[in-house]
Formats: sequence, C-alpha cells, structure tokens
Amino acid sequence: MDNLTKELLILLENNNRLTTEQIGSMLKASPEEIAERIDQLEKEQIIVRYNTVINWEKAQVHRPTALIEVNITPQRGSGYDKVAERIYRFPQVKSLYLVSGTYDLCVIVEGDTMQEISNFVAEHLACLEEVRGTKTNFIMRSYKKDGVIFNDNTTDKRLVISL
Amino acid sequence: MMNAEKYMNQTVIDLPPSGIRKFFDLASTMEGCISLGVGEPDFVTPWHIREACFYSLEEGYTMYTPNSGMPELREAICQYLQKYNLHFDWEKEVLVTVGASEGIDVALRTLISSGDEVLIPDPSYISYAPITTLVGGVAVPVNTYEKDEFRLTVAELEKVVTPKSKVLIMPYPNNPTGGIMGKEDLEAVAQFAIKHDLIVISDEIYSELTYDADHHSIGALPNMKERTIVLNGFSKAFAMTGWRVGYACGPASFIAQMTKIHQYTTLCAPIMGQMAALEALKNGRQEMEKMIASYKQRRNLIVDGFRKLGFDCFEPKGAFYIFPSIKFTGLTSDEFVEQLLMKEKVAVVPGTAFGPSGEGFIRCSYAASVNNLNEALRRIGRFLESIGKNK
Repeated sequence: MDNLTKELLILLENNNRLTTEQIGSMLKASPEEIAERIDQLEKEQIIVRYNTVINWEKAQVHRPTALIEVNITPQRGSGYDKVAERIYRFPQVKSLYLVSGTYDLCVIVEGDTMQEISNFVAEHLACLEEVRGTKTNFIMRSYKKDGVIFNDNTTDKRLVISL
Repeated sequence: MMNAEKYMNQTVIDLPPSGIRKFFDLASTMEGCISLGVGEPDFVTPWHIREACFYSLEEGYTMYTPNSGMPELREAICQYLQKYNLHFDWEKEVLVTVGASEGIDVALRTLISSGDEVLIPDPSYISYAPITTLVGGVAVPVNTYEKDEFRLTVAELEKVVTPKSKVLIMPYPNNPTGGIMGKEDLEAVAQFAIKHDLIVISDEIYSELTYDADHHSIGALPNMKERTIVLNGFSKAFAMTGWRVGYACGPASFIAQMTKIHQYTTLCAPIMGQMAALEALKNGRQEMEKMIASYKQRRNLIVDGFRKLGFDCFEPKGAFYIFPSIKFTGLTSDEFVEQLLMKEKVAVVPGTAFGPSGEGFIRCSYAASVNNLNEALRRIGRFLESIGKNK
C-alpha cells in the first residue's frame, strides 16, 4: 500500500467527516483523486463502514454489553471458522475475535437488557454443540473505546497567544 | 510617592515590552475566539513521558542533580545529536538548561562583553535582542526576505558585519517564518563566520519539525564545531514546553564558563523534567513521528487555505507556523491583527512582534485542531470580504 493511501485511511479512521477537499489539501492531492481512492477502498472492502463512537452512558441510554469467553471444539476441515460463523451471524453479536490464551473466542454481545443477553447465552450460544463452555463478563463502565477516551476533559490549557 | 524608577536598572526599564500584550489581553477574555497565535504544540506531553515522571517522584527523585545535568541524560543527548552529525563529549561539552531559553541567556552572557555586536536574523524569536542588550552587547538585525523564504544570506550579513561583530545567532528552523536553512545555505554562512571570526549560537529547538527536508546543523560543518554553541531542547519535538528542559552543547572551554553562570543562577534544571526528558529520548520517537506527520498535514491544509483566499504564502519547511504576507490588504500587521480579532475573533500574531522585517506579515500557528483551522480560514475569508480584499 502506498503512503498516500495509508495516510488517507488513518485520517478517515479518526474522522470520516473530513471532506475530500480538506483531505486533498492535507495530503497534497486533488479532491478528485481522494474521492477516487476512497471509492476504490470501499469497493475492495478495505473501508468497510463509517462508524461513529458514541458514549451511550452519557446519552443515558442503557445498553448492556458483555464480553463472553467461549471455548469451542474446532471442526475437521474448517477449524474455528465454521463455528465462528454460526456465532457471528447472530445480530446480538457486536464483535467476535479468535484469541490465543485460555479460551478461544472472545464474543462481544450487546442487548437492550441484561436479561436479553443472559437469554442469548443460555438459549443460543451455550447450546451450540461445538461450544464447550462460556464465561460471561458484563461490562460495568466504558473508559475508552476505539482509541477515544470517554469523559476526557483535557481542554486546551495553553495561553491564548504566546511567542 | 516614591519614584520607583530611580531605584531600577535603566537598561531593564528601557527594554521594550512584549509586542503582543494588547492582543493577548483582548483575546484572553473573548468568548469563541480561535487562536492561531500559540507558540507551542497542541499536543499534551505523551503519556509514557508523564508516567515516567510520576514513577521518578514515587522513587524519591526530588533532589538536585549535578549542575550540568544528570549524566545519563547528557549521554543520551550526545547519542541523540549524532543524527545531525554532531559529536559531543557528554562529560565536558553538554549543559542541561532550563529550556533552550536559558541556553540563549548563558551563552550570550558568556560570550558578550560591553559593546560586542550580535548579528540576529530578522524576523526571529523575541529573546535574542533583549538578552544581548542586558549583557551590554549591541543587537544588530540582519534582514531576511520572503523571496528567499526567509533564509539568511551572506549578502545581507556582509552589509552589517563590523570588526565589533562577535556572535551570530542562527535560529533555524525559524520562529516565526517557518524558514529553514539547507546544507548549502549553511555552508555559505559558515564560511562567512570563519572569515569574520564569529562565534555561532545555533538555536535548533525546532530541529525535529521539518517537512520534506532534513535538518542540518551548522555545528556539523567542517571547522565549525570549535566556534558553535548548539542549543536545543525537548519543548517542541516532544511537546514538553512546560517542563523547561533544554541543553547547550559546544566546545568544553565555552561550556565550562557557561556552567559557572548556570550553577550560580539556577543550580540545575529541575530533576522531574530531566527524568521526563530522559524517557523522551529513550522511547519517544514513535509518538514524536505521529505528531510530526500531523503537523505536516495541517501545514498543507493551512498553506492551501491561505493561498485560496488570495494570500502570498510560501510553504514553510519547518516549525509549525506560516508567515503569510498581508500587504495586499493595505493594512499594517498591527491593524490587520487587531481588526481580525475584533471582527472575526481569530487571534494571530503581527510579524512586527518578531522584528521590523516582520511588517506586512502575520504569524499563524497551525498547532491547532483541523476543525479550528478550517473555521479560522472561513472567518479570515469573511474578514477579507468585509474589507473588500477578497479574491
């Protein structure tokens, strides 16, 4: 990947509301070229989606989230992938990672209520025949997400003018 | 009523006050003001550096250090400076100072006797001339021009040099212009310094902040080490302005005398700052490079923005300032700055704050968020319209 594309991706990852004109200025490329590259990156699914990081706690919208440790039995032929797919197809699953360590899959699940998450684990996840065990950790507070510190009140403390 | 003035040193009383006081007072109380007038990074010191300082405090590092600075720090500084082909002996050729600012002070105090002339590129950072005056020297401005991208030229130096000239200040990358000196530019100046037997004080505080070009130190050129004092520090490269740690490196004979002044006036730079600086040198490269990449993008953004608004604005290759010409508006620097602040609440610094050659220019710092830069550009565009000078 060339430098321009990499810089473009890093800019977009942090702020996808920059206009192609602004990005073009910053990277010394024309807005058309930036737009073209973004198109291409979208087509190649390197840019997958434009997300917004929301502090739901602050919005006072209750969104219980759990980090579930899952041990599974890998399948002949497909390893972990097939089981992973059976799990990530559930819309409740926000993220899913295969991890090294004492368990296999790290499943992040979001629901409207804790009960809903409990039901999902009991009725769907734990019953899968490849799943050997689960351990559900409810998230109690979010401090930082995707590189953003929540409730970060580091305002600009510099003098207004200095030489 | 007692006349206080008669008790004070006339040289101090006669020093000019800061050229930005009135704008500072106005801008500080102004709601919704966007400042492009800040002369320091907009990053907070990287966490690993702050964290190293906490640890040192927990471990009880709250005492004096040797006058010339912690040995480990001086060693690390010498190792670091090799990237600019500067080679110093950490035991005899390094003095850790309270910011590069103290370095300017002790270097001039050490070198200047009454009546000696100090050649100072104009425009430049504000402290060289007043300190020269305080130590009894004569500050001699050397004009630099936009057409040369504010590089210092031998032609201009030859116009002002006299047998009394003793010191040449080399403040590059330059605040306020963002101009830098290429290797060939430096070679010419070095020859000039040798020819006229000048000592060079090379203030390289912005050395890490160059874009599309490498920084070169005049002290690394042949036969220049013996006549150069290199000043640098941690403020700009590592976003550590408030820590007040810098250093002066040069021939042992100079450093020994400078260390005496430093010893009697400040004893040593604060140990917390020195501990943090050591961490910065050991592990700070990665965070620094992210900051540099970000400055460069913002430089591109603001230069492009100013040009689109109709300003003449060369693309600076160093520091985090642009220095656009405002001559087309028909306003003086002071008028432009004051009217922009009152009408559109954007604070910038008049070029004249940095010397008479700054007339007709303003200094804009792009150490500000992209959103603020964009908003400032919009407001400046509206300001130009209001005075009928839009493109």
